[in-house]
Amino acid sequence: MMKIRLDRDQWEEIFDALSRNKTRTFLTAFGIFWGIFMLVLLMGGGKGLESMLATNFAGFANNSGFMMANSTSEAYKGFRKGRQWNIELGDIPLIRSSVPELDIISPSLSNWGSSATFEDKKSSVSVKGEYPEASQIEDPKIRAGRGLNDVDVQQGRKVCVIGQRIVEELFKSDEKALGNKIAIDGIYYQVVGISGKDENGISIGGNATTTVRIPYTTMQTTYNRGNRVDILCLTAREGYKMSDIQKKVEAVLKRRHLIHPDDTQAVIMVNAEAIFSMIDNLFKGVSILVWMIGLGTLFAGAIGVSNIMVVTVKERTTEIGIRRAIGATPTDILSMIMSESIVLTLVAGMSGITFAVAILQLLEQFAQNETPGAVFQISFAIAVGATFMLATLGVLAGLAPTIRAMAIKPVDAMREE
Amino acid sequence: MMISLKGIHKTYKGAQPLHVLKGIDLNIEEGEFVAIMGASGSGKSTLLNILGILDDYDEGEYTLNGTLIKNLSETRAADYRNRMIGFVFQSFNLIPYKDAMENVALPLFYQGVSRRKRNALAMEYLEKVGLRDWAHHLPSEMSGGQKQRVAIARALITHPQIILADEPTGALDSKTTIEVMELLKNLNQQGLTIIVVTHEADVGAQTNRIIRISDGQIV
Repeated sequence: MMKIRLDRDQWEEIFDALSRNKTRTFLTAFGIFWGIFMLVLLMGGGKGLESMLATNFAGFANNSGFMMANSTSEAYKGFRKGRQWNIELGDIPLIRSSVPELDIISPSLSNWGSSATFEDKKSSVSVKGEYPEASQIEDPKIRAGRGLNDVDVQQGRKVCVIGQRIVEELFKSDEKALGNKIAIDGIYYQVVGISGKDENGISIGGNATTTVRIPYTTMQTTYNRGNRVDILCLTAREGYKMSDIQKKVEAVLKRRHLIHPDDTQAVIMVNAEAIFSMIDNLFKGVSILVWMIGLGTLFAGAIGVSNIMVVTVKERTTEIGIRRAIGATPTDILSMIMSESIVLTLVAGMSGITFAVAILQLLEQFAQNETPGAVFQISFAIAVGATFMLATLGVLAGLAPTIRAMAIKPVDAMREE
Repeated sequence: MMISLKGIHKTYKGAQPLHVLKGIDLNIEEGEFVAIMGASGSGKSTLLNILGILDDYDEGEYTLNGTLIKNLSETRAADYRNRMIGFVFQSFNLIPYKDAMENVALPLFYQGVSRRKRNALAMEYLEKVGLRDWAHHLPSEMSGGQKQRVAIARALITHPQIILADEPTGALDSKTTIEVMELLKNLNQQGLTIIVVTHEADVGAQTNRIIRISDGQIV
């Protein structure tokens, strides 16, 4: 028996009813419009920020961890507390054999406050001694030339990979930089590669744009570092958690360097995975907030539609009574009120989505000037989902007024003069 | 027999139940022009509501053109109202935001008649009541007599078995009252059964038969 018509007449009826009180219809629709607009905009905004942050992390191994030595805080085996110690190259084979879950173990050395000179130009830099494996942890994004390789390290070549800021200050162009020799702390290195990393990305040991990367062995001898390691960079094999592995590495280091097992200060551990998961959780929190605010606003809008329509139905009691008297069935009335609610909600909601999408597009274009790869736009699937949600909301909003309208008897209408 | 009422009782339930109709027996033949008269509170409006299937009754039997009208579902009642009965009300009850043609065509909308056919028929009936030129005017732009004629055209468009008019001249001046009554008489002469509820004696006098109701019974 239930038949809901959606022919041209029905549309005209809906349009007539909605356009009769334009201001009210508009204000009601605005509630829905604003709700979905906020939801979509906030969703896109959250996604955009996340993607902008993600581009900063791009090229950084998220299963990596870093270990540094610090003064001890416990006296142990005859050593007083406050003793300085160092991670040594000799630790690495032991770590390798006792912690098989590790994939890459790459020591690095750093020297801050150096200056690089080329002809009459000067640039302040930090120097980093690295193994080629380091690029698997922090990708220097070589944009010209090559990265450091095994031969560089084996032979202790005086070659370097420099950051883009150094190129600007000393050479102006990549072509001019490559192959030329720069002097750092009095020693000449040939420029073999240029790192394309900008200062937005995360990097170990200072700003990547002013970093000079040289082979580890070269750094060892020129800066007279001996066997000491500044930072030990690690990555975990697939399926292992860095936070678990780091504890094992810590234990190995402590045993070998005679540090109290409960000393919490002696080994500094940084865990990228923990940082990543913290940021991940942050954005999960943001997105929950976005959903709460957006859905809240949207529901408030829907309740507004419902309220206004209940009032409208009350005003239209006589009209509905007339319709009933001249042959409208309860189903006719149901479909009339319901479709008014759904159409109002859908039209308002779709314009909200459209407007939000337009704004997001602008934001995205704006952000991409700064950070290529920033994505603000919501996906098509989300838009389709939002549309279905709107239709559902329309039905829900139409329930109360429809129930009221159905309760109107033709006789009641006659009495209301 | 167009209308047959046997022992109709109707009580409005409430804190104080109101026994409005106390056993109405009434027969109306096809083609009759009948006036139901009575003081206010006599039960004449309730009787009209029952005749118009707008309201249910508690006891008795109501047969309309051979169809027993009892305990109908809302949908069924709506369908019968649509096909068998044309209503004319005191306050015209036109839909204010629809023009004359759309108002006349509305019953056919609920029959699912196509728009073109509906509007053509509506124009035909407006022509019959002399309002063809007013087809695209809203009710607010018309006089009381014109509105009532639009309402009559709306009542006629479904070819009903009976026309029920509830104080059709109640809101009209004497000149337009005459016009409207002439129109109803004319329709009656074409064979339509018309029942008018009124408390105006001269309106009642223009019909063929007067049924007087007092205190819920026919006197």
